[in-house]
Amino acid sequence: MNDTEKQLLSIIADMDGTPDGAYNIRANGAAAGRQVTENIDIKSKTDKSGIDIIIRPGTKGETVHIPVIISQTGLTDLVYNDFIIGEDADVTIMAGCGIHNCGSEESRHDGIHTFFVGKNARVKYIERHYGEGDGTGGNVMNPTTVVNIAEGGYMEMETSQIKGIDDTNRVTRAVVAEGGTLVIREKIMTHGTQHAETDFSVDLNGENAGANVISRSVAKGKSTQFFKSNINGNAACNGHTECDAIIMDEAKVSASPQLSANHIDASLIHEAAIGKIAGEQLMKLMTLGLTEQEAEEEIVNGFLK
Amino acid sequence: MLELRNVSFTVDNENGDGKVDILKDISLKIDNGFVAITGPNGGGKSTLAKIIAGVYQPTGGQILLDGEDITNLSVTDRAKKGISFAFQQPVRFKGITVNDLIRLAAGHPISVSDACDYLSQVGLCARDYINREVNASLSGGELKRIEIATVLARGTKVSLFDEPEAGIDLWSFNNLINVFERMHSTLGGSIIIISHQERILNIADKVAVIANGEVKAYGAKSDILPELLDASAEACKVLTENMKGVAE
Repeated sequence: MNDTEKQLLSIIADMDGTPDGAYNIRANGAAAGRQVTENIDIKSKTDKSGIDIIIRPGTKGETVHIPVIISQTGLTDLVYNDFIIGEDADVTIMAGCGIHNCGSEESRHDGIHTFFVGKNARVKYIERHYGEGDGTGGNVMNPTTVVNIAEGGYMEMETSQIKGIDDTNRVTRAVVAEGGTLVIREKIMTHGTQHAETDFSVDLNGENAGANVISRSVAKGKSTQFFKSNINGNAACNGHTECDAIIMDEAKVSASPQLSANHIDASLIHEAAIGKIAGEQLMKLMTLGLTEQEAEEEIVNGFLK
Repeated sequence: MLELRNVSFTVDNENGDGKVDILKDISLKIDNGFVAITGPNGGGKSTLAKIIAGVYQPTGGQILLDGEDITNLSVTDRAKKGISFAFQQPVRFKGITVNDLIRLAAGHPISVSDACDYLSQVGLCARDYINREVNASLSGGELKRIEIATVLARGTKVSLFDEPEAGIDLWSFNNLINVFERMHSTLGGSIIIISHQERILNIADKVAVIANGEVKAYGAKSDILPELLDASAEACKVLTENMKGVAE
């Protein structure tokens, strides 16, 4: 692995060298390292590209790293990864994709991740997307996440796309059973002429099922963003979505939240706020000695922290 | 020393067909020490504070800091020259923590224990607050105290507070008085506080009364305060007599 690839790994997965515990590294469309543990097995799929990550019931406190890096221009990578999280397990999964594109052709990674969260299992899923490179080729990522949460299961999903992805369309589909909970925290920053779309759809199918979707984004330059969410309350459940966006320069952000209550005890809330940085916020930081530009940076960094 | 020379501030009226004078020919010399600015609501006190901080540019006159003309300097440049300003209504930020704000105020990386020290001085239990976001989950009183802590962290030669007591409960108010007394003895420089509270006026060295955009009185507290309290007693008497009339 060269220095560029090592640096990408460190940015998207906090990895210096190989991590402890289970991991699977995919570089330029091919396997570049794998380790399994007693409780976590990783198998390559035989019918298509991708892996199955199987976490034994009752596994506690283990972390799985599954980073993907692309440093070849013009590479299109499509993977299907399935995560089977056994009952009562409590684990962290760190995924992420880093693209370094110095060429003139589009580099693209499309990942389809399917989660089966077992009864009373807990999983924290962290996904970072990052692109770099001074070529003219675009960096494209289209992640699809499908989540099935069984009774009493809990999944927390943290996704961030901070820099360098020219085009992204993130699709999340989730079904939550009785007493299950899904929490999604999304952070996006776009600049230049980038475009980002996110599309969440959650079905709350069991009693006391819950979903909390929090999206924070900053759109700079001439970039565009589209936030779409849909929560279907099909039982006595609680759903909450929140979309907060800061627009700067000539950027554009649209939000299209949808709530459908199909049960008398479904309680669903949506909050959306889009606007530029408030003048008084800039002014406050300027009275502390920051320039307007420094104040703007602090506000944006804090917002996306 | 901060000096205002013939400062005026005029804005367009609501209809846009005339002008309104918010501040008229204000001249004040503020030495090192504690100066309280008081006066009726709408008299121009907050506008004066914003003009000193650079939030508004005066339409006439000059502002000097240690003899240097700072009238045309931006908010940032004035802050760098040593002017701190605690807003009457503190600003909320999503994502920025109390610790971030105090670090930015100090202008250099500070340890958590230093940040905690400033919070403790304003009566906040630091451990509970240091990592909280300066957002809508904080009450008005908590925000006010954090705002004051940012001014303490800056430690500049001019510290300006716009009604620091507003929104602070009685128990905290006693602490606030202690904070200002301590600042007075340790910070040096000029502490300028806009206030309606007699107890704050009481710990000042000098008191300025601003009404209708003009300086009505400025001098040693011992000269101004008795006069001011007499005047408000008079106003109170008139009110009481009027009420008697209503009751009868």
